[in-house]
Amino acid sequence: MSGAAKPVEEGLTEQERIEIDAWLTRFPDSAEGKRSAVIPALHIVQHNSGGWLPRARMDAVAEYLELAPTRVYEVATFYGMFDVEPVGRHKVNICTNISCMLRGSNEIVEYAEKKLGIRLGETTSDGRITLKREEECLAACAGAPMMLVDEVYYTELTPEKIDQILDELE
Amino acid sequence: MSAVVENTEKVSIEIDGQTVEVPKGASIIAVADELGIDIPRFCYHSKLSAPANCRMCLVDVEMGGRPVPKPLPACITTVADGMVVRTASERALKAQQGVMEFLLINHPLDCPICDQGGECELQDLALGYGRSVSRFVEGKRVVKDENLGPLIATEMTRCIHCTRCVRFLDEIAGTSELGAMHRGEHTEIGTLVGDGVHSELSGNIIDLCPVGALTSRPYRFTARAWEMTSHAGIAPHDCLGSNVELHQLRGRIKRVVPRDNEAVNECWISDRDRFSYEGAVSENRLLAPLLRDGDQWHEVDWQTALEAVANALRDTVDAHGAEAVGSLISPSATLEEMALHSALMRALGSDNIDTRLQRADFRDATSPQGFPGIETDFSELDNQDTVLLIGSYPRQEQPLLNHRLRKAALAGGHVLAINPCGFDWNFDLSQELIAHVAELPAVLAATARELARKKGLEEPAALSAWQTPSSVSADKIEQLAVVLASDGKKTVLSGALVEGHPAGAELRYLGALIAELSGAAYGALTPGANSAGAWLAGALPDRRPDGSAARGLNAQSMLTNPLKAYLLHGIEPEHDCHDPQLAAQAFAAAEHVIALSSWDTPALREQASILLPLAAFGETAGTFVNANGHWQIFGGVGQPLGEARPGWRVLRVLGNILGTPGFDYEAPDQIHAEVKTRAGDAAVARPSVEQAVAAQRASDGMQRVGMPALYGVDALSRHAPALQATDQAQPAVVLLNPSDAVAQGLTEGGKVSVTQGSASQTFAVHPDERVPAGSFWLAGGLSNTAGLGAMIGSATLVAAGTDA
Repeated sequence: MSGAAKPVEEGLTEQERIEIDAWLTRFPDSAEGKRSAVIPALHIVQHNSGGWLPRARMDAVAEYLELAPTRVYEVATFYGMFDVEPVGRHKVNICTNISCMLRGSNEIVEYAEKKLGIRLGETTSDGRITLKREEECLAACAGAPMMLVDEVYYTELTPEKIDQILDELE
Repeated sequence: MSAVVENTEKVSIEIDGQTVEVPKGASIIAVADELGIDIPRFCYHSKLSAPANCRMCLVDVEMGGRPVPKPLPACITTVADGMVVRTASERALKAQQGVMEFLLINHPLDCPICDQGGECELQDLALGYGRSVSRFVEGKRVVKDENLGPLIATEMTRCIHCTRCVRFLDEIAGTSELGAMHRGEHTEIGTLVGDGVHSELSGNIIDLCPVGALTSRPYRFTARAWEMTSHAGIAPHDCLGSNVELHQLRGRIKRVVPRDNEAVNECWISDRDRFSYEGAVSENRLLAPLLRDGDQWHEVDWQTALEAVANALRDTVDAHGAEAVGSLISPSATLEEMALHSALMRALGSDNIDTRLQRADFRDATSPQGFPGIETDFSELDNQDTVLLIGSYPRQEQPLLNHRLRKAALAGGHVLAINPCGFDWNFDLSQELIAHVAELPAVLAATARELARKKGLEEPAALSAWQTPSSVSADKIEQLAVVLASDGKKTVLSGALVEGHPAGAELRYLGALIAELSGAAYGALTPGANSAGAWLAGALPDRRPDGSAARGLNAQSMLTNPLKAYLLHGIEPEHDCHDPQLAAQAFAAAEHVIALSSWDTPALREQASILLPLAAFGETAGTFVNANGHWQIFGGVGQPLGEARPGWRVLRVLGNILGTPGFDYEAPDQIHAEVKTRAGDAAVARPSVEQAVAAQRASDGMQRVGMPALYGVDALSRHAPALQATDQAQPAVVLLNPSDAVAQGLTEGGKVSVTQGSASQTFAVHPDERVPAGSFWLAGGLSNTAGLGAMIGSATLVAAGTDA
């Protein structure tokens, strides 16, 4: 999971290169093809960088994929699943899209905010949890309201479930 | 997809009732523009890719008698046979009005305090397509401004995300410095990391911005668009002579913008051409004639000053002969000024006149058949198959010529370079041979030999004079020769590092030989705006105004054999001479140094005895002849500051006082016409390959390599505050090979003392493996390089601690 205490590598590690190379084989061997690998590459790098993308790591991806760094920054800021500012050890994404909203996600958000003492987009002062802003539909409407904690889905949320899930996060 | 399509295959379409034959593959908007049908747009620009993200150009389209279900964006919809387009139907207008309403939702109503007000595409279109009262009552978004540097002011709340600036920096400038960060409502144009914009062409995004998000920082809040009048001008910095418009208010230039000329600068100008006008209103302007009296300077009237000049010249000629007088002229002086200087010197009896201040090697004579320049038309450079650059970094020398080479490279052409140092190119070179500066002639000779072999031609005997180079492998030279020997459109270009090279004559000879052997056109990227004009006007020691040969002293010999009186025109010797130290010594020993200058500088006060205030950029009419031989005329826009006067007027009156015959011109166009008549059909000529320039032994030891910095090429750019605040104008740094750095005990951030002759200066060190061992890169024309020795020449380096 995220939140590794080890120092973040500035460039790409050997393992990261291997993982990115594996993605590159799925795309055409061209400049456009390399551009297609930006999203998986950022996922790999973010996973190893404490859950967010420091500039040096985005630059390393740009260099490896032979892109202007700006093109990588655009992708990293476009998608909600990437963070370009430091985050807490756990990222909690409460869905507020229509199905979840109809099933009471607003109350869930309010409850989580109150419980953690932070607003959406903020991180607890102990660096434990970041409540992500504006999570788009995660395609689990059958279990609405739902949330994504790091890489795990939790559905049919209630205040009690929120207490239980959040309290278990270290 | 490029907007301009040249396709001979035609399709027939109907647009707003007109039936027309148009090139297959063209976009509707390009076709409409050709026909003069106005389709509103924000993101579309004919020189950039079309992303169709503003949606303003929605038009009504019908295909095969059936309307397309929704309006289509005209910028990416290509024409098809039988297509019917209605650009102003009710549905099209409704769509355009809808887009306009959305664009205005977040756009502030700050037109009265916006620099773009009155020349704003959004304002103009809002007038035609917007509602008079907004239906949007919610709060508008606010975007935090980012500092993009000293040239571009930002007001990002006004941005409508057309992404023209993003695409320009990506596609034209090649620096990709701006991007569309975040998403949707939160989209912001910026760098994300706050690095700013540093492209040498960055100012064009000000023109491209359809709103007031990106505006000119130096121009900010100084005038309104409708108050100013616009005058055609020519940029005075490089041998392209970019066409510009000078916008003036009450006699003062407020800003400079491009004037379209596809044959020269297309619709762009470099930042140097755009922001250098500030130098003309600099507080360092020389405002009155000054005479030196010992250590004191006295302001005098023009009559007194010019009589003093005439007396100084007469006294020198009487006492020491006319050969003791010499004239050093800026290569960016006007044709008319050069012609009068030349006539004046010849009337005095001296042929000592030169504009080639940066030249180090004069062993090759001035070509008698024509002027130095580029045989290939600028616009043809775009589609060369092969271009060989010798001793050149055009991105710094002629930024827009570099843009054309970049286009050639992106279109699949081979751009090759043989240089004494690696540079930050904004496109991929096919091959870059980096050799120690002293080995450049040997590398060229080896290339010529290999080329002759590849072409099955007899190897010119003179080539055996150069040894096989040791720093570049035979393989690399062979690869280069293979490309040069292949078919296609080819051009060989020699640049500023050839001009300043101690064996420049050899490089010119060998470059011309390579052009000859490969069947390529030849070009010299000449210094200043008017090197061709200097030849035409006879402002050369070996060519008189009437074209006859002469044997005067060249710019270098005038300094190595000090003269008694010097006439300087538009130069700052501590920056503009190839060897500023040599120049300072020569002037110190002279009896009279008469400087015509637009700026009053400590160095001129130290070196000169008489200072005459010269009109600056925009204040004088004249002609520049560019490297393609275009005679480009411009008028004076405002009154010169203070007592400053146009150079041609000063010289005419001086000629009258000296009794020089024929000096009764009343306007510069009379001088222009005279030069033109004498010039006949003179054209660009390449260096002769008939007579070989002998190889000479290169000097040993550590060599300095450099050329004038981007914003250090002439006095006008050096006195422009905004340009001088850019990264490119920061104090010079010594770049040297890491192995040399280790040997000298130097590390990144350390200091090194550079000594050339009797001058020393301390610089920060930056180890850089692109600099060959045994040499170091140190640019010229920067604040801390004034007064050093030759820009390419011997120097000693001594570590000077970590912090001076």
